[in-house]
Amino acid sequence: MSTLAANAPGATGGGLADVAASEATLRRFLHGLPGVDQVGLESRAATLGTRSIKTTAKAFAIDLAISMIDLTTLEGADTVGKVRSLCAKGLSPDPTDRTAPHVAAICVYPDMVATAKDALRGSDIQVASVATAFPSGRAGMPVKLADTAEAVAAGADEIDMVIDRGAFLSGRYLEVFEEIRAVKEACRRADGSSAHLKVIFETGELQTYDNVRRASWLAMIAGADFIKTSTGKVAVNATPPVTLLMLEAVRDFRAATGTQVGVKPAGGIRTTKDAMKYLVMVNETLGDDWLSPHWFRFGASSLLNDLLMQRQKLRTGRYSGPDYVTVD
Amino acid sequence: MAKTDKKTAQPVQPAKASGLFEYAPAPESPAAAGEIATSYGHFIGGRFVDSSGSEALKTVNPATEQVLAEFAQGTEEDVDRAVKAARKAFADWSSLPGSERAKYLFRIARIVQERSRELAVLESIDNGKPIRETRDVDLPLVAAHFFYYAGWADKLDFAGFGPNPRPLGVAAQVIPWNFPLLMLAWKVAPALATGNTVVLKPAETTPLTALRFADICRQAGLPDGVVNIVTGDGRTGAALTAHPDVNKVAFTGSTPVGRAIAKQIAGTRKKLSLELGGKAANIVFDDAPLDQAVEGIVNGIFFNQGHVCCAGSRLLVQESIQDELLDALKRRMGTLRVGDPLDKNTDIGAINSAAQLARITELAAAGEQEGAERWAPECELPGAGYWFRPTLFTGVSQAHRIAREEIFGPVLSVLTFRTPAEAVEKANNTPFGLSAGIWTEKGSRILWTANRLRAGVVWANTFNKFDPTSPFGGYKESGYGREGGRHGLEPYLNVEALDV
Repeated sequence: MSTLAANAPGATGGGLADVAASEATLRRFLHGLPGVDQVGLESRAATLGTRSIKTTAKAFAIDLAISMIDLTTLEGADTVGKVRSLCAKGLSPDPTDRTAPHVAAICVYPDMVATAKDALRGSDIQVASVATAFPSGRAGMPVKLADTAEAVAAGADEIDMVIDRGAFLSGRYLEVFEEIRAVKEACRRADGSSAHLKVIFETGELQTYDNVRRASWLAMIAGADFIKTSTGKVAVNATPPVTLLMLEAVRDFRAATGTQVGVKPAGGIRTTKDAMKYLVMVNETLGDDWLSPHWFRFGASSLLNDLLMQRQKLRTGRYSGPDYVTVD
Repeated sequence: MAKTDKKTAQPVQPAKASGLFEYAPAPESPAAAGEIATSYGHFIGGRFVDSSGSEALKTVNPATEQVLAEFAQGTEEDVDRAVKAARKAFADWSSLPGSERAKYLFRIARIVQERSRELAVLESIDNGKPIRETRDVDLPLVAAHFFYYAGWADKLDFAGFGPNPRPLGVAAQVIPWNFPLLMLAWKVAPALATGNTVVLKPAETTPLTALRFADICRQAGLPDGVVNIVTGDGRTGAALTAHPDVNKVAFTGSTPVGRAIAKQIAGTRKKLSLELGGKAANIVFDDAPLDQAVEGIVNGIFFNQGHVCCAGSRLLVQESIQDELLDALKRRMGTLRVGDPLDKNTDIGAINSAAQLARITELAAAGEQEGAERWAPECELPGAGYWFRPTLFTGVSQAHRIAREEIFGPVLSVLTFRTPAEAVEKANNTPFGLSAGIWTEKGSRILWTANRLRAGVVWANTFNKFDPTSPFGGYKESGYGREGGRHGLEPYLNVEALDV
């Protein structure tokens, strides 16, 4: 039995904190959520994908999408130079057009946080760091918490943690819940403020939509600031139906508790057309309240250049090609 | 949700699609519809011919009230000419090997696909339905029906009607205005596949795609007289179904007209299939997948402006989830985009005619007078044209007119139930029996309920989904005979063991 949720300072989750009082209550709650009909969810996402976004709407959406990007590099081959040039790109995505907005955040591994922080000094671009033995999450709690604390100490504004999918899939929900609570604690800085916590489900490994809905509620009750689909490191990453389901979850969570949580699809979103579809889903599921980088992000690397090419096309009437955007 | 803290819960705020992120107009070009003639005659014996009479009707664009074209009011003489042309073509057409008839049907299907944009835009202009639906639903299904029945043409011996089932002869087909080209495909494809010839009368508010289909028949090289199209109003339809040399009557439309046709041909040897009205129950149990149920309710009643005979016009919701479901439904209805049918982002287009708008308006007013509570989202409607806000009524009882009569518009009546048995009882308590929907995550409950519903089509965790392989048709006052699937061949075949 755990009373962690109920006693934790600043516990969120409104009237729902007590559902995590025990493994049994948590399970009962998560399994009591309405089911998800796969066919219906996928067809709704596909229908929203047919919206036709033109002219002024497209210009608005392109700039909004750029401003929502967590520009990401998560490679074993990352170097200080690579991260610096990515930061420069994030600050000024289109060197030929200073009216292009900057991205929301730069997302790196914990050891690159200090480099990114330094390169972004003076801007309001956030530095996000993955943590908790990203991407597999297969490490003991002390390692995960140390990983998180190191990133926060190095100045990370946001922490993208992965949940223990093994624990989730074997039904040990309380373990996942307590893991999120503990990482949330580790996001606390010396001055009492806290790094924003994004919780990654790796929906490609959770497989079923019912699992995604349960994971969403579990993370939100545990205090996630954002829920995020994927690491980008497995075969299936963000998809429109999975994202739509998570948008419905944050909508329902706010209706139930008054607490607003953000959503971040990540991995596999490469084209402007894809990004438009996601923004249409946000628009028609959640509306204005979520249409800002505070509440919706794209975890992406190659998406930015496609958005910039479409932006140039809209501005000049000509499609100039990939050599007119920078490769970093 | 499973547990909602009512104290901290926020009131329902429709996620307005018209806020920060306004969709700019994304209109499909009306010119894509191709040339619309100023006036049309009938298509008889492979040619467009003038009517023997002088009366002409007008078809208007219901979104603008502008006249699109004039067309002939078919006379008895016109009908007779068309039936004679069909009779003349029958001998050769019915003696073609099935594999040869199939080639024509495959060709028609492919031409429909090739010309699908043109046909989708034309349908949208003439009918008022949104281009998103004509493009993504109507036209793909039209092609699919021709492809599907093309496949049956040479396999009739194996369709389960005994060896060598024979065509009937000349089929008189009268179709409605809600899915003009799709209803044509439902009628024409099985008739031709089975070796019959056709005289078809499209509805008087939506003749244009049928007349364009005549052009497709010519393009496909279909022998003259196999498909004939006579336009006009109910008088023309009555003359056609009454014609003594017609062997088969197929009608889709209202129950009163269906009843009149049944009386008219009683005592003749004409074979009859009727697909009539409906007042379908969409039953939502407390363990339903809620978000998808909301989508299904919306697709069930607001698809095609509610001009759907199988529309889920009665929502039966379990009392224990009533508030939660209605909040979600209202929020979703707030995002429906009503307006220009040619805008690719329009969800709900124009009501097909002034007469239909008047009927919907009258029934909705009756709903209020009888004490039901009316709700519709705020949305701006265009100035010209025929429009009706997506509307729902709560507090509806079985005795109210809006729970019993077919409204054929975007108006949903919400009723509640307490137990599965009560749901079934209320769902069946209607003179109609065309379709029904069941929403539950429990498979056994789906089967239990479906077995007890007296409706020709029962959808489970979906609604208004159509497929050429699936038979469609009604119980009770919703008609008889089936269209689609193997069953859809039977109304066009002589399956009595007479031929030896």
